[in-house]
Amino acid sequence: MSHKTFGPGARVLIVGATSGIAVELAREFARHGFNLILAARDSDELQRIAADARIRGANVETREFHALDYDSHAQFWRDCGDVDGVIVCFGILPDEQKARGDWSKCGPMLEVNFNANVSLLNLVADTFEQRERGFIGVLSSVAGDRGRRTNYLYCSTKAGLSTYTEGLRSRLFPVGVSVTTIKPGPVDTGMTFGMDKLPLLASPAKVASDIYRGLRRGADVVYTPAPWRIIMGIIKIIPGFLFKRLSI
Amino acid sequence: MPEFISRELSGWGRFPVQNCQVTRPEKRRELWDAATSHAVVDVISRGLGRSYGDAAINQGSGVILGEKLDRFLDFDSQTGVLHAEGGASFADIIETFVPCGYFLNVAPGTKYVTLGGAIACNVHGKNHHQVGAISHFIEEIELLIANGKTLVCSRDENAEVFWATLGGMGLTGVIVSAKMRLMPIESAWVETKYTRTSNLAETLAAFEKGAESEYIVAWIDCLSVGTDLGRSVVIGGEHASGERALQEIKGDVMALEVPKKKGVPLDLPDFVLNPWTVKKFNDYYYSNHPTECKLTSFETFFYQLDKVENWNKIYGKRGFVQYQCVVPINNVEATLTCLLEAIAASGQAAFLAVLKRMGAADKTPLGFAMDGYSLALDIPMTAGTLDFTQKLNEITVAAGGRVYLAKDAATSPAHFRQMYPRVGELEAVKRHLDPDDRFASSLSRRLKIGEAF
Repeated sequence: MSHKTFGPGARVLIVGATSGIAVELAREFARHGFNLILAARDSDELQRIAADARIRGANVETREFHALDYDSHAQFWRDCGDVDGVIVCFGILPDEQKARGDWSKCGPMLEVNFNANVSLLNLVADTFEQRERGFIGVLSSVAGDRGRRTNYLYCSTKAGLSTYTEGLRSRLFPVGVSVTTIKPGPVDTGMTFGMDKLPLLASPAKVASDIYRGLRRGADVVYTPAPWRIIMGIIKIIPGFLFKRLSI
Repeated sequence: MPEFISRELSGWGRFPVQNCQVTRPEKRRELWDAATSHAVVDVISRGLGRSYGDAAINQGSGVILGEKLDRFLDFDSQTGVLHAEGGASFADIIETFVPCGYFLNVAPGTKYVTLGGAIACNVHGKNHHQVGAISHFIEEIELLIANGKTLVCSRDENAEVFWATLGGMGLTGVIVSAKMRLMPIESAWVETKYTRTSNLAETLAAFEKGAESEYIVAWIDCLSVGTDLGRSVVIGGEHASGERALQEIKGDVMALEVPKKKGVPLDLPDFVLNPWTVKKFNDYYYSNHPTECKLTSFETFFYQLDKVENWNKIYGKRGFVQYQCVVPINNVEATLTCLLEAIAASGQAAFLAVLKRMGAADKTPLGFAMDGYSLALDIPMTAGTLDFTQKLNEITVAAGGRVYLAKDAATSPAHFRQMYPRVGELEAVKRHLDPDDRFASSLSRRLKIGEAF
């Protein structure tokens, strides 16, 4: 191998780089001396996030990425050139109550959170499989572990994404490419701001540092903060007939 | 559309607590939306909430939490000038830049403040007698004003807005970003010298003798009376050279000490801090303080209190007032005696009182500093506290001094006008930029800033 896959100098692509967690991820990777390609739709905001990561020690390139413009994904991925690792962290969380009765809110969520992730990851997987090197991190959620009565629309997109990455992990395992499913609990970002009483609300910096360590060791699944692994372990074994009666 | 959420907010002193409509932009566009939103009548920016009183709360109206817009935008290693967003914290600046050989020119008593908050309060440090307030190190401010446009201001461009924004308590607009000069350093250590003094005259003499020190500050025992009145531990400091630090520190002299975080897990019951326990604490602190020279870390020298997270909880749910005033150098001994006697006589338990030498005033209309001494102390909230601070204000005003607005929760508008005779300059800028008072806070309403008085 001519260069390291995970370590200082490696080139890491972060897609959805303006999201609250991604901003902290960029900082975490910058502090560890990685080179970054930051991609997002809002290129104005992206420039500031890139400047910040540069001052913290990274070489940074920026690229525009439009999740729902599927036709552009192949060109986008080619333009990124030789990449050692990819972290996909774009997703949306509309008001669930409104999304139930309004397809203009529900449809885009399904597309962004699942289809667009899959469209890009299919391309990344082919490249990494061919050259037998690389790591992939995908931001799913603890929400994908169970369909809850209050936000099952969002849960289902993340369940799909978790299942997709599980399969992808198996496919790429023989060639030494790691695929990490990242499952944060509620994180204190714009996505959750103002929601009442979120359990174990974590700072994006803490989550980013957990993700960094998980990717470094090539973990299959990262729960962050760590207690969520136990909590979801319990919630997952609650039988369906009981689960439907619980307001969790 | 920005989402405003109803939330109970207070300053660091946890008095007063008021219901505010808060929003927290993560992108520039969201900041613009919040600042111009019709969902609230007016707005005030809030950084990390370290002002003590009502400066960063806005009862029944809008508060914009700036903490997420905290990016570093540029750093010029030739000049040491950092361009950062208003929400960038001093803690982040220190962690990022000390290892590269830069520190803050002006370090307030906590690093958990934002650049925007530091500018709005025109903060000072233990080196005010030598370098002045942070205003001297701010080169440029990008201000979001009431009409939704940004105004770049500096000493040369929109100068009157620049000066009014420094120390302007957020009332001229939102500080979107600013350029601040950092200080080159050779080590992350401070050569510290302690002097124990047994009365006020000795304390003031120690300050004047130590005036050439880069940093000088005293912990003063506010409970001692009679011949012990004003007894202190005077602490002087100089940045240690790389060579000096290497003599004692093994390894990287730029490495920041990472203290183990301690926290106050819950509100202490009111009886824990009473005149007796505070007196015991003060006696212990005074007699057990080292009197020699030694190297101390930045963490210990500058940020003693930051080692205890939520230390404000030691005062319990009732909260506290921090009284900080500056009094002019003329007659300073008499004025401080008067203040200290009033404090000791009141029986209002106060520890962690701090005396600082302040240098000359700067060009800011709401600048706190004047050639003289600043006294700061915590007063736990009780029924008599507000009357008591009123009494202290009378002494301060009579002496020609003023209170620090970043700490204030109770000063009357009449006293405020006497303390800050140049407030009209800020009001003139406000009339011009913000005629409808889009930027307002509980503090600005209490002090009637902008209203004919």
